[in-house]
Amino acid sequence: MIATESLSKRFPRVTALDRLSVDVGPGVTGLVGANGAGKSTLIKILLGLSPATEGRAEVLGLDVATKGGAIRERVGYMPEHDCLPPDVSATEFVVHMARMSGLPPTAARERTADTLRHVGLYEERYRPIGGYSTGMKQRVKLAQALVHDPQLVFLDEPTNGLDPVGRDEMLGLIRRIHTDFGISVLVTSHLLGELERTCDHVVVIDGGKLLRSSSTTDFTQTTTTLAIEVTDTDEHPDGTRAMREALHARGVETHQGDGLPGAGHILLLTAQGDETYDLVRDVVADLGLGLVRMEQRRHHIAEVFKDDERADAQVSAPDARKEAVGHGG
Amino acid sequence: MAVEQPQAPAMARAGEQTRIHDIGYRSYDGPRLGRAYARRSLYSQSLRGAYGLGRSAKSKVLPMLLFVVMCVPALIMVAVAVTTKANDLPVHYTRYAIIMQAMIGLYVASQAPQAVSRDLRFKTVPLYFSRPIETADYVRAKFAALASALFILTAAPLLVLYVGALLAKLDFTDQTKGFAQGLVSVALLSLLFAGLGLVIASVTPRRGFGIAAVIAVLTISYGAVSTLQAIADAQTNTGAVPWIGLFSPITLIDGVQSAFLGANSAFPGGAGPGNGEGVVYVLVVLGLIAGSYGLLMRRYRKVGL
Repeated sequence: MIATESLSKRFPRVTALDRLSVDVGPGVTGLVGANGAGKSTLIKILLGLSPATEGRAEVLGLDVATKGGAIRERVGYMPEHDCLPPDVSATEFVVHMARMSGLPPTAARERTADTLRHVGLYEERYRPIGGYSTGMKQRVKLAQALVHDPQLVFLDEPTNGLDPVGRDEMLGLIRRIHTDFGISVLVTSHLLGELERTCDHVVVIDGGKLLRSSSTTDFTQTTTTLAIEVTDTDEHPDGTRAMREALHARGVETHQGDGLPGAGHILLLTAQGDETYDLVRDVVADLGLGLVRMEQRRHHIAEVFKDDERADAQVSAPDARKEAVGHGG
Repeated sequence: MAVEQPQAPAMARAGEQTRIHDIGYRSYDGPRLGRAYARRSLYSQSLRGAYGLGRSAKSKVLPMLLFVVMCVPALIMVAVAVTTKANDLPVHYTRYAIIMQAMIGLYVASQAPQAVSRDLRFKTVPLYFSRPIETADYVRAKFAALASALFILTAAPLLVLYVGALLAKLDFTDQTKGFAQGLVSVALLSLLFAGLGLVIASVTPRRGFGIAAVIAVLTISYGAVSTLQAIADAQTNTGAVPWIGLFSPITLIDGVQSAFLGANSAFPGGAGPGNGEGVVYVLVVLGLIAGSYGLLMRRYRKVGL
């Protein structure tokens, strides 16, 4: 869908993108970064609106430097900021934007009605946009990005300014854009947690550099961590410790789940397959302990980036990123 | 207001309580008409908008009112000419726009900000540029739309005069020639005023400032020019009168049409430019129109996403 190759964008004073090479396939892709990380600059370049200083980029197989118009015909864009005139109705506005994308008048009206219904605007679509709530405005912005049935949409901070319920609805809608509508999505956010639930793939950039690009299933499923909690008995006053030692004797490394509630009583170990579950069961039975819990713990993306953060100390703006990670957890 | 085509089957429409929540997403396989079509769509939307069509009832009032005010004197003149069986129309075609310049100025002042300031203020501009169109398409569509709107405003009364003159059985050749000259003159005027108005309005996202700035530029320049011309004329320095006229839009048009379109100049003492000076007038008018276009292109080069 999108491919960039050592893409750089330098302004006189700042480097917005620094030799960014990234491949984005179909599906929902999250583009994460703190404010000023270069997300909007990247979108601008991908829409063919701003020339890259060096490197190249392709969207849907079209070169952004030469085929901007063709790209913009097949791509939708939802800006981060407010962009709606208050004195027209959602229907009129979206019809107009559909025609601006090249749809003939009749098709523009039909697609507008369809799209507004899909984003969840019903009777209110005939009223002037000025009277809409933030959530409704976000839906209109989304509708104008989808109305011409693009192959790919860029959504710039679509959950900005929404309350938790509105946020969930918007994320659900974004998921549906791919699963139901068959449109690939590139969605930016500075909140990792949101993207974890919504995206198939996450690209993290910071200071214009690629920090990480991997699928969310990589993060969260390939290494399953088991969390185990056992009871204490008279025989084993510290059940957790007895459990740990017994597991260790059988060659299974465990560690404490630090930073979690009740961390002292929880053991984390890496599951290699069904044998691990059997082993835990057997050990618990042998020791005569009660098994309070044995559950798969999904890694949160945030944890994955915590490692990066430690390793990658020279990256600028660590405060901003910490904040992002904090939200994500 | 665009009327929504009912998508749902008729039976579902029968009861408003009935709502079809999900009939699935339908993809679009029809034609995509591309950049030229998008530019035309923007042009027609902006032209309609210049008369308040497709906008709220309130925004229709002023442009429609100005249109009526522009046409009413022409109707009265025609009525007079027809009833009194006059030999000629009381006002020459080329003179009409000069007389009504205040109305034209008001129209530009109200509609130029409408055309561009709204898009800036509500940040709709980036949305346009996320579509197939380019900067030049946006500028041309807006320029052409406002110029067309102004042409409609200024040419309609001339048409009324022309039709009236023919009804009054005035000389066909004379009237047709005068009408054609008038049309050329108002076409130039429309381009010039649209360019100036858009350049001024595109500087500010605030509609009020735009309106005030356009009115200020038009009236102050005209006021200064006509005052200086009157002084020059009073001092019998008639040679300076045409040169002073180069500094306000409406006197520019006056100069061009008195030099080349057979009009009598409205300058003091009727001292319009001769042919040599007239060439300068034409060059200045064309230069201003091209300059406005260039400035608008520069204004929108940096697309603020």
